[in-house]
Amino acid sequence: MAAVQTSGERALNKVAIVAVLLVTIIFLAPIYWIVSTSFKPRNLATTIPPTVMFEPTISPFVKLFTKRSQLRSPPSAEEYAAAPWWERVVFDGGEKIVRDGKGQVQWSGYPSRFLNSLIIAITSTVLAVGMGTFTAYGFSRFKVKGEADLLFFILSTRMLPAVVVAIPMFLMYRAVGLNDTHLGLIILYTAFNLSFSVWLMKGFMDEIPKEYEEAALVDGYTRMEAFFKIVLPEAATGIAATAVFCFITAWNEYAFALIMTNRRAQTAPPFIPSQVGSGLPDWTVIASGTFLFLLPVAIFTFLLRNHLLRGMSFGAIRK
Amino acid sequence: MTQIELRGVQKFFGAVQVIKDLNLKIADNEFIVLLGQSGCGKTTTLRAIAGLETIDEGDIFIDGKPVQHLKAADRDIAMVFQSFSLYPHMSVYENIAFPLRATRKSKTEIDSEVRSVAKTLQITDLLDKKPSALSGGDMQRVAIGRALVRRPKAMLMDEPIGALDAKLREEMRAEIKRLHIKQGSTTIYVTHDQIEAMSLADRIVIMHAGVLQQVGTPDEVYSQPANLFVAQFVGSPVMNVTDAAVAETGSAVSVTVGGAASGFEFPQALLSKLNGHAGRQLALGIRPEGVLIRREATEGFVPVDTHIVEPLGSFDIVDLKVGTELLRARTKSGFVAGPGERVFARIDPTQAHFFDKASGKSLEVRL
Repeated sequence: MAAVQTSGERALNKVAIVAVLLVTIIFLAPIYWIVSTSFKPRNLATTIPPTVMFEPTISPFVKLFTKRSQLRSPPSAEEYAAAPWWERVVFDGGEKIVRDGKGQVQWSGYPSRFLNSLIIAITSTVLAVGMGTFTAYGFSRFKVKGEADLLFFILSTRMLPAVVVAIPMFLMYRAVGLNDTHLGLIILYTAFNLSFSVWLMKGFMDEIPKEYEEAALVDGYTRMEAFFKIVLPEAATGIAATAVFCFITAWNEYAFALIMTNRRAQTAPPFIPSQVGSGLPDWTVIASGTFLFLLPVAIFTFLLRNHLLRGMSFGAIRK
Repeated sequence: MTQIELRGVQKFFGAVQVIKDLNLKIADNEFIVLLGQSGCGKTTTLRAIAGLETIDEGDIFIDGKPVQHLKAADRDIAMVFQSFSLYPHMSVYENIAFPLRATRKSKTEIDSEVRSVAKTLQITDLLDKKPSALSGGDMQRVAIGRALVRRPKAMLMDEPIGALDAKLREEMRAEIKRLHIKQGSTTIYVTHDQIEAMSLADRIVIMHAGVLQQVGTPDEVYSQPANLFVAQFVGSPVMNVTDAAVAETGSAVSVTVGGAASGFEFPQALLSKLNGHAGRQLALGIRPEGVLIRREATEGFVPVDTHIVEPLGSFDIVDLKVGTELLRARTKSGFVAGPGERVFARIDPTQAHFFDKASGKSLEVRL
């Protein structure tokens, strides 16, 4: 039905567009700030008023990945000429990259923290979504005694603020030696995301008509085969959405990571601000670390955007 | 060669009994229609045969072997669902090939069988499409194709055309019948639509409240209904059922309806056929085509007034006021001009049915 718009509706439309633009600008402003700061020379990062036009430099990223020390005196002309381009940009900023006795560049703590974040977030997401999908399928398709109570119990694990359980968890983890381990954080994040995953997937499972599996059962497949061949592809949209949420939660988690880890298994969120305290804060390095940290979530969400937007089973069953 | 037999099948959903002591034998190649209102247990019966529903008591035999403990996958039965249940993430080809893939057949075998079924159903040009791109009728053809492709022992159909619009339903009805004649597999078809049942079935099984009411050919259930439920459920327009009083009037018998002044004339044989039931509470059942009308006074016809006339195109249904009751009669279209007309009616004794009002059972009176 193509209705004719009245002038009032047209005006309302324009107001809505302006409002959406405003909200978008407000939301994107901090991201612009982070991205632009991560390409600024250090001396322009904290100017008042903020510098909008500047010549972008890659030096914050080089500094992010390397250990540096302050230059007491400028490098000699030969030293400067012999240095690769990425070392020169650090010289330009009045710092130098620390090398060991053999002349090898010393890495900063950031790459390993970033890798920790990836390992922990991906593993815990896979576990939470996997277990959540199976659990949700069970609750959705079979008669479970005390189903409502069990589901409420699962949800109730989310009702305490994380900070409240942080100290007891820390003591328990220390007792069993899970402190500062990947496994420790993976278990923690999986447990934390599982309730959410079960509830979200239950909603999606309920939406999948059970006739699909029944058709597969009659067609000669076992329930397990029907689950993998029919239910999982149908639930792809829900799994993708749940995975995005679980991944973002695990990726961004700060409080537990701060308390439970300090070096080996430390993730990026507690590491990045810790750099503020070492010497004079270099905001460009912090900004570049934050910018890189934003990328995986953005890419992950972008890759799954079709699943997030489209209901796959639309139109295939007649009600 | 597939016979299916249900013996003393009982099924409860909690405290509610949905199938009550069901006994049924289905012969090889037979087209059986389970007919009844929603909630009568017909779909549950079908699902029990398919293995999608357990039964609480009794046995289900396929080719003489009890199958009630077998999983659906092991019963070698195909089913077409009302919702069609085509897998949305697969193409039409994949949907039809899906049951074959469970049998570990070779790719070329699967391909040739899918294509041959598609050819039979005239859906070859749809093979690459996704189910969401199909019309209702085509979805249904694909669903039937998926059921046929495995050459199952039996086909079960749960209101397969209930979701289609009226015109398409008529087309698909004919197509299902044609297919059954061509493929000849034992088929159990569930519907609440008695026209579908009449047109498709070799035998109709009528169920009500979990109880089997009558099993018979379409002609049998139409012309010899076993009880009041079957009498009123089968046939459109529905059969007239009214209280009747039988009295002897000299050489003939008079059947009075609705306390009218004059009764309808019946042959003397009725009394003996009623076999002592004449004095009891009787219900007379007569289909609209069994109520005969004349415009002028005729021997043996009773004067009545017309009430409402429903023109239905090829014929009219005329409501006749007989005492306190209304009898629906079928006439040629335009035979009666309108309400309030005086006409003359009689009941064709050969088409009359008598039921015991208390039990609802037919008294099997055939004149």
